[in-house]
Amino acid sequence: MLGTGIIRGLVVTARNFLGSFYDRRRFVTVFYPEQKVEMPERFRSFPFLVYDGEDAVRGLRCVACKICEKNCPPQCIYIVQQRDEKGKPLKHPAVFDLDISVCMSCGICVEVCPFDSIKMDKVFEVAESARFEKLLFGKAALSKSNAYYRSVSPADAGETDARLEEEKKAAAAKAQAAAQKKSAAQAQEPQ
Amino acid sequence: MNELFSEWVRRAVETLSEMLRNPDQAPVVGKAFIVSVFPEFLQGVVGAFISIAALISVFGGLFALLTLMERKGLGRIQNRPGPNRVGPFGILQPVADGLKMLTKEDIVPFRADAFLHFIAPVILVMMSLLTLAVIPYGRNMAPIELDSALLFFFAAGACTELAVFLAGWASRNKYSLLGAMRAIAQMISYELPLLLASFSAVLLVGSLSLVSIVDSQGGFMLGVLPKWNVLTPWGFVGFIIFMIGAFAESNRSPFDLPEAESELIAGHLTEYSGFKYALFFMAEYIGMLAISGLAVTLFLGGWHAPVPFLGWVPSYCWFFAKLLTLACFFIWVRATLPRLRADQLMALAWKCLIPLSFINLGVTVFWHYSAAWSFAMALPARWGIAFLALAVPYTFLARQLGTKKTFARRTYRFAE
Repeated sequence: MLGTGIIRGLVVTARNFLGSFYDRRRFVTVFYPEQKVEMPERFRSFPFLVYDGEDAVRGLRCVACKICEKNCPPQCIYIVQQRDEKGKPLKHPAVFDLDISVCMSCGICVEVCPFDSIKMDKVFEVAESARFEKLLFGKAALSKSNAYYRSVSPADAGETDARLEEEKKAAAAKAQAAAQKKSAAQAQEPQ
Repeated sequence: MNELFSEWVRRAVETLSEMLRNPDQAPVVGKAFIVSVFPEFLQGVVGAFISIAALISVFGGLFALLTLMERKGLGRIQNRPGPNRVGPFGILQPVADGLKMLTKEDIVPFRADAFLHFIAPVILVMMSLLTLAVIPYGRNMAPIELDSALLFFFAAGACTELAVFLAGWASRNKYSLLGAMRAIAQMISYELPLLLASFSAVLLVGSLSLVSIVDSQGGFMLGVLPKWNVLTPWGFVGFIIFMIGAFAESNRSPFDLPEAESELIAGHLTEYSGFKYALFFMAEYIGMLAISGLAVTLFLGGWHAPVPFLGWVPSYCWFFAKLLTLACFFIWVRATLPRLRADQLMALAWKCLIPLSFINLGVTVFWHYSAAWSFAMALPARWGIAFLALAVPYTFLARQLGTKKTFARRTYRFAE
């Protein structure tokens, strides 16, 4: 019958209207600036640089290899390698700029980094009053501690830390073995 | 001089006490006092001016209230709180909206007809406000008591659609023009059932004057049931047909084809911004309130109280309560129904509503002549005959409207 569907529809909307007053669980939205939704583990916004220990400059894991710069699809990373007085390149970036107005949060820089030094952050409230200069993040603004990384994405950070620890142990064992071999060789040589 | 002043003060105090004693007639008494202060030759102009000021302020306030109610209500229906940032519970949202509209840039397209582009929203608001002039808001409270008030209402109401077409034409934009053409087609189709439905009320009262139509609905049947037109078979069907027509006339969902955003961007509003857009918005809401006011007047008993023991509540309170109820219904329907397709819109008007309103007119005539029946079961017999006369055609009309059409398979031929 023409018209019964309309009445049924009106009943549905009326039930939603009345229900929203006594059942808070119906609400699908949150009052954003006061309430925030917990971001999921895999959520990512923009990259940042990880440093170990307390010193943001000395502890920086980045060695300025520029792999991320070359792989970045929108070309938002700019790196200049640091050099000592004689012009010899050092394993440290002098400049590390990341333009987050260009960055598309793809995470490829994280995938390609062999030193686990660039990771994705979860900060998404990056609104600024200036369009270009304030959205270009320098090395100081990008550097964040490993403890921070562990706090924002614990599972990934734990996995990375475990792997780094393993590698460190393996490297130490290898160095020890090499040293033993060397000393054994040295012990043999005089004969 | 001093004596004259003290005389005025005495009369003002008298008027105030009269207003407090009889709140039902307070606006009338107050207006009469203000008018009497002015010299004789100015009194007509001042009286008109007071009515205009009162109408604009009351309906401007209602417009603001309605935009807030609409946003809050739609939010609640969609299980979210709606605007809640400006003021407590967001009640100052209309103020923020108004300020925003005022501060926006007013853009006129380069190739548009600048004069018509400017005049269209002005005509629209003017005509919407004109329709408000003839509605009786309370006992003795029709701003203009015309003998042909209904005719005036529809004449002024039809002009609003003309202004919509003007806006669409002047914008020199294909979406605007398409929206405007849809508006005209819709108006022509739905003006007919709207008029035919209101003719039933006119037919029984024998007058086009809205004041006498309201007067005829006063009093109570059997001491409890109000003698509203909606509580008769022809009035009930007429009210439903009238409301469907009213939805279409005020371009509200589900008949908002002229501004269908998924097809036409915003229809005739596409090239409007800033305060001109706000005027269109206001005219739409005032048009909606005006046509709801007419529905209240024709079918819901105007300013009459629904139950005898609440007769002491001022008459205009009843009118505005009914008006706001209908406005809430408009919002409720908007939240419920999706937009019609253009062919469905036309089919509903021409194949269902117009035949039904003609039959309803016949039932009204039957109701009028059978009023003289005096045998024992006269009232149930009248109801039964009227019900059958309306329900049977409705069933058939609904069936033919609901039949599924099968279309021939469409073949596409491309240039080789």
